[in-house]
Amino acid sequence: MLASKRGDGEPPPRPRHGESARAREDRRTGYLLISPTVIIVFTMVVLPILWTISLGFQQVRLLNLRQAGVIGDYSLENFSNVLGSSGFVDALLTTLVYSVAGTAFAIGLGLLAALALRRPFRGRGLVRASMLVPYVAPVVAATFVWSTMLNPQFGVLNYYGTRLLGWDEPVAFLSSAEPVSILGFDTHVSVALLSCVLFEAWRSFPFAFLFLTARIQAIPESLEEAATVDGATPTQRFRHIVLPQLLPTIAVLTVLRFIWTFNNFDDIYLLTGGGAGTQVVAVRVYDYLINRGDIGAAAAQALVLAAILAVLVTVYLKLFGRSEEAA
Amino acid sequence: MSTATPGISRDSVERRLLLVIRPAFIIFLLVISLFPFYYMVLLSFRQLDSVLQDPGALWPSLGEIDLDTYKNVLASTADGGQGFLNFIKNSMLVALGTVVISLLVAIPGAYAVSRLEFFGRRQISAVFLGVYFFPAILLAIPLFVLFTRLGQRGTLTGLLVVYVAQVAAVSIYMLRNYFDTIPASLEEAAAIDGCTRLQAMRHVSLPLALPAIASNALFVFMIAWNEFLFALLFLVERRENWTVSLGLSQLAGSIEVPTTVLMAGSVILTLPIIVLFFLSERWLAGGLTAGAEKG
Repeated sequence: MLASKRGDGEPPPRPRHGESARAREDRRTGYLLISPTVIIVFTMVVLPILWTISLGFQQVRLLNLRQAGVIGDYSLENFSNVLGSSGFVDALLTTLVYSVAGTAFAIGLGLLAALALRRPFRGRGLVRASMLVPYVAPVVAATFVWSTMLNPQFGVLNYYGTRLLGWDEPVAFLSSAEPVSILGFDTHVSVALLSCVLFEAWRSFPFAFLFLTARIQAIPESLEEAATVDGATPTQRFRHIVLPQLLPTIAVLTVLRFIWTFNNFDDIYLLTGGGAGTQVVAVRVYDYLINRGDIGAAAAQALVLAAILAVLVTVYLKLFGRSEEAA
Repeated sequence: MSTATPGISRDSVERRLLLVIRPAFIIFLLVISLFPFYYMVLLSFRQLDSVLQDPGALWPSLGEIDLDTYKNVLASTADGGQGFLNFIKNSMLVALGTVVISLLVAIPGAYAVSRLEFFGRRQISAVFLGVYFFPAILLAIPLFVLFTRLGQRGTLTGLLVVYVAQVAAVSIYMLRNYFDTIPASLEEAAAIDGCTRLQAMRHVSLPLALPAIASNALFVFMIAWNEFLFALLFLVERRENWTVSLGLSQLAGSIEVPTTVLMAGSVILTLPIIVLFFLSERWLAGGLTAGAEKG
């Protein structure tokens, strides 16, 4: 739904000088109207984030929570433990693989879908709406039905896979830590992680589809008609006319989807619980917070996650932000 | 029209291929989008032993349809059920509460950010948008600690406050974009007629923004209804306060509750969202796109 919104729009006209009474009234009304939100967001978002930073530098556990305050023994111990442990580095790599592959598949599928539904046909509106269902459906229900379908004992996918597709034995899609090999090339990606990536693609492609459909509809027909007259084939028209106009949208989608997938906790926690080579950092943080009660270590890992995200997004924007404006 | 080339040109090959691939791909998309939900409904009507005997059935056999799963999942634990009726009540309370409070906060806020010139206006919008991209798990840690200390963990009120804080920022962003598309001249006319700012806002801009407010309300409702992480962190120890999402995820882990019963729970969790989505698709799409075009 955010998709249908345009960018920032232009700022409202500045009050002219001399209208100071009106301007002053506006300013006062402005502060009055915005203050409830500012207070809520400040106390429930901004302050907690600052507090996480403080927690990351302290030895806080759930058990000694009562004693911990703002003034405590600050040290870098959590960070050195976290960065030095192979578990965290593994989780970070898993997070990267999961978010890069999930983003790529989701946008790829969304692009193909937008292209396939480009020309009007009877019932297109209904098809479009149906394709958005995976995106709006509650994550708990979606993960539950998929884990039932992928179940090795009575899952419908394994039933038809073994019967019709000639699989030797049922695949434990969500609990197999076996690495996937493509054409004999070992990918170091477990079966379960691949399942999570495909689930992410299934759940998020509608988002990319929505954005790309809106953009595609804005492409003038005349360009393509001219290209057709010049003898351009459908793939050539896509390659040289449609795709270049979609690139800025794809770039924005890449940032958005990457950020959300990188931060994602729900999907992997609900599908695999973080087992079988699928432990992403967010799930690991949860494990430290709840199961181990080590708040300091949890905070340190979450902070590293946020910092890496910020760095990656900044680098991406530096690399592609310019060319996007030029396009 | 393509240029005439002798034999089979690349163009005609591609066109013919697309003629086959396109409909096939559309069918593929429909199947992957809808089949899981069809399967959810199907399993919710079947009985566990028949599912285990015949896992490949794609429609229920005659006389198999069984509503006991729904009775079981809805009934309270005292009556031997799973207590989903209570979960629905909790989810409704939290989701509707989030909608009402976040709109009360966000509508004036969005209006101020869009219309009124005051110091820090731009910075505030930027900070609010940043919230949307922040790792939820990072926020989860201090809030978990805070609510544990305040003794508010396990209450629906605590969850409600967190939800409002999370969505208010996004609501402001969405609504602001809409307010930006309403011409300021309308309000200026009202001002000339002697309206104050607040009167102009209430009588001129608010009615015009109703479609955006309605779609924002739906959006917020969906977020709150679907939310899982904070419900898990805050409510897991208090079964009587579980939301539908949390209840389903918790019971899915236990072996005592049959999968078919939980499928009935999944349908109950999903149905309101799908209904709202298709309703809003129909009667809100017009208003939304109209607003977008003006901008």
